Amino acid sequence: MNETYELRTGETHIEVHKFYPGAILFAAAAALVLQASVPVYLPQLNILELPLLVTIYFGLSRRNPSTGLLLGTAIGLAQDALSGPTVPLGFYGIAKTVIGFLASSIGARLDTEHPAARFALIFGFFVLHQAILVMIRRLLLAQPEPWFNLHLAIAAGVNAVVGTVLFLGLDRLRRSA
Amino acid sequence: MVAIPSRHKSLALLGGVLLAQILLLAIQIKKDSRGRLIRVWAVSAASPFERSGAWGFGKVRGVWNHYFALQTTSRENEALRVENDALKLTIAQLQSKAAEADRLAAILSFKETHATAPMLAARVIAVSAGTASRTVEVDRGERDGVTRNMAVITPDGAVGKVIAVYRDTSQVLLLTDKDGGAGAMLVNTRTQGPVGGTGDPTIVMKYVATEEDVKLGEKIVTSGMDKIFPRDIPVGTVVEVKNGNPFKQIRVQPAAKLDRLETVIVLLSQAPVDFPGVDTQNAQTGAQNSTATAPAAEKP
Repeated sequence: MNETYELRTGETHIEVHKFYPGAILFAAAAALVLQASVPVYLPQLNILELPLLVTIYFGLSRRNPSTGLLLGTAIGLAQDALSGPTVPLGFYGIAKTVIGFLASSIGARLDTEHPAARFALIFGFFVLHQAILVMIRRLLLAQPEPWFNLHLAIAAGVNAVVGTVLFLGLDRLRRSA
Repeated sequence: MVAIPSRHKSLALLGGVLLAQILLLAIQIKKDSRGRLIRVWAVSAASPFERSGAWGFGKVRGVWNHYFALQTTSRENEALRVENDALKLTIAQLQSKAAEADRLAAILSFKETHATAPMLAARVIAVSAGTASRTVEVDRGERDGVTRNMAVITPDGAVGKVIAVYRDTSQVLLLTDKDGGAGAMLVNTRTQGPVGGTGDPTIVMKYVATEEDVKLGEKIVTSGMDKIFPRDIPVGTVVEVKNGNPFKQIRVQPAAKLDRLETVIVLLSQAPVDFPGVDTQNAQTGAQNSTATAPAAEKP
């Protein structure tokens, strides 16, 4: 069985990576648990969006839009469920579904292995994720929410930095070719 | 049948999933339901990991705090030690001041309750430089009206007498000095006998006949016969009685804390001074039955 295979998009050859069994499930569960528990002890880490980073990473790596959006849906709904009754189910689910789909779609067309590319993609996806959340709040839940502020910009930068480093660690979960 | 391109399949799936979630949101808003069942499952599934994570995080943080994050601990320890020493010193000073305040309050109270008896509070400013004598120096002298042979007491009892007077200070010979002493009597039997020092912390009562009944713990007060101390000022408590020939050997623990004197009272006259706990009624009746066996003692 091939551990990796190639997508041919014109002249570009892009590898599609596979992971050890359970790696995606483990990483997603760990991200959710850490997201829920670490800020209890280190409140400043509340700025991180680990489930989003995992969604982006596996979306970019798997490069299959269907898989990416379903993974985003699962992670988002789990995050909704763990966020308490004030967050309706589907809030994070919708946002991460879109991110998972877009990450997979972009990953199928671009080489996203370079740290600079990853940094830019994470930054962009984080801003988009927040924009979707704001839209859901404003349009579907009729709740006031600012579109953009300095905290969001800082959070995007921090998540981009952390995500770039985290992705290097997650790369180790890939099966070697 | 027309094959649907993979990209379109993904878009259709995206649309379906998004629509389903939007409907889910709408249902929750409409019914004010928050999907309790899904939340229960999710929380139940996640909580063991969260608990484990919390336990592990606590352990890691403990190890980090107690073994690795100790760069500043040594400096903090040193600073805390210095602060601790300073605080100990402050506490000792405050305790000393509090004790002094208590003593001064006792002196003041004593003076107020004996308004008719002229007396003077004096602070002990020095003690005898050697062990050969037991004297103290107080900060009252001729200018304050202090004269030689005035009695010195504390609210606890007799201390001694003034043996030397200077312009602003005086020297007081304590009862425990070998040359110190006072005319005294046993409270119960009113048996009189001089008390005097031996150089030890305790004093002895002399010239009490062997046949006299002296009990351990019996109180001894001044008799007033020495023309220095007024009557019925506590002198001490009998702590040891031995029969001798012809007199008993009686050792007395002084009532006043003669080794810790800081403030004393100089009696400017021989006017009677009442002490709480001294049975003057008994003293009066006892005095009539007194069997004085020796002259009141005032050593030169």
